[in-house]
Amino acid sequence: MSDYNFAYLDEQTKRMIRRAILKGVAVPGYQVPFASREMPMPYGWGTGGVQVTAACLTPEDRLKVIDQGADDTTNAVSIRKFFQRTAGVAVTERTTEATVIQTRHRIPEQPLTEGQILVYQVPIPEPLRFLEPRETETRKMHELEEYGLMHVKLYEDIARHGQIATSYAYPVMVEGRYVMDPSPIPKFDNPKLSDNPAIQLFGAGREQRIYAVPPYTQVVSLDFEDHPFVASKADHDCDLCGAADSYLDEVITDDRGGRMFVCSDTDYCASRRAEGHVGRLGTDERAA
Amino acid sequence: MQAQSLTGGFADAPVESARAFRAILEAMARPGTIRRVEGAAPPAPLSPAAGVALLVLADPTTPLFLAGAVDCPAVRDWVAFHIGAPLAGAEEAAFAVGTWADLQPVTRFRIGQPDYPDRSATLIVEADRLEADGPRLTGPGIREAARLSLPETAAFQANRALFPLGWDCILTCGDRLAALPRSTRLEDA
Repeated sequence: MSDYNFAYLDEQTKRMIRRAILKGVAVPGYQVPFASREMPMPYGWGTGGVQVTAACLTPEDRLKVIDQGADDTTNAVSIRKFFQRTAGVAVTERTTEATVIQTRHRIPEQPLTEGQILVYQVPIPEPLRFLEPRETETRKMHELEEYGLMHVKLYEDIARHGQIATSYAYPVMVEGRYVMDPSPIPKFDNPKLSDNPAIQLFGAGREQRIYAVPPYTQVVSLDFEDHPFVASKADHDCDLCGAADSYLDEVITDDRGGRMFVCSDTDYCASRRAEGHVGRLGTDERAA
Repeated sequence: MQAQSLTGGFADAPVESARAFRAILEAMARPGTIRRVEGAAPPAPLSPAAGVALLVLADPTTPLFLAGAVDCPAVRDWVAFHIGAPLAGAEEAAFAVGTWADLQPVTRFRIGQPDYPDRSATLIVEADRLEADGPRLTGPGIREAARLSLPETAAFQANRALFPLGWDCILTCGDRLAALPRSTRLEDA
């Protein structure tokens, strides 16, 4: 037993966050302001996601934390340890076993199910922020459903580059009403946002916003009829597990141009290798 | 204040409120589903589920409107001791609790502002029965369609027409609750 209140935050703070989450669920895609607290980690390390997770956790939960798909990176390890210590919850690296998954910039490859909650860490929640720096103006644009500026931005991409050059944090329209920043997930993950059986919650700590996509909610990536949205990925198979359908990281292996592509989702890759799938540079791990 | 006002709260607030919130979150995210909650024993006529919802969500920063029969000394004292929410009129309330008849007219509750639709009331509606039948529900959180026994359809349809403005609803019956956010579309059965 630790000397912390369950899940670190005090009860008053959790009530405030829980009220914000419920309003976010009731108005999908709308950013609810909340009184974000200082957390014992720096801004940019997922303070928003940590607060949302803390407000949702129960002692029976099994928590998974990923950073760019990986369970074993610094950010994921430190947040997982934080909740092991302050909430005493069980943890896992298996997507299928987790009830709450906090993620930085990826959606797991394994399809989520009812009963799971996916908590995103969000750096800049406002999709219009780099087009219009004033909060008073972007708030008015959401109020009036005035999203022309975003389409102009995507059009200018096409005019300049011949295609929409946005490859992550690709803007989406939620239930035909609010344009939402899906956090900096690769646009490869965008189709998984829509009609997902899990509850998706987004927390931005420094920017003090919480928003949500309830299960089975329509989420459409913005595009044009003649330039439809394409969920792109590196044109390779995973070099370890051979998966052709997962999002890949490019890893430089030497200083002579050597490189390999591996699944960004470490659990997905490890499960496939355990099942005997072998990629170009992999070895059969079933015997091991 | 009677001594019984001092009992009936959570025995282990951090853990019990976490479990109860999870049930309320699942209910709000999946309109039409019914959840069981536990931990509160508020004085009559407040139902245990309504007591749980208040303990989890209301606090000294949220004005509370007690409608009709629940606006009695026993409930007032219980709220004052366990929650500390200031009692307010319907127009200012962040939370309102009562039967559907006592909450009328529901058009007086806060529906938020066009730039801040979250600044709206949450109604905790005490129902005599709560079953998965009645008006057909569609919208966010519902795979195809769901059904829920609602006190009426027209008021909820009018509320949905205000989207993204509108109030949100938690329906309570005994120790069970369901929720109906403003985003849900309704058709008569």
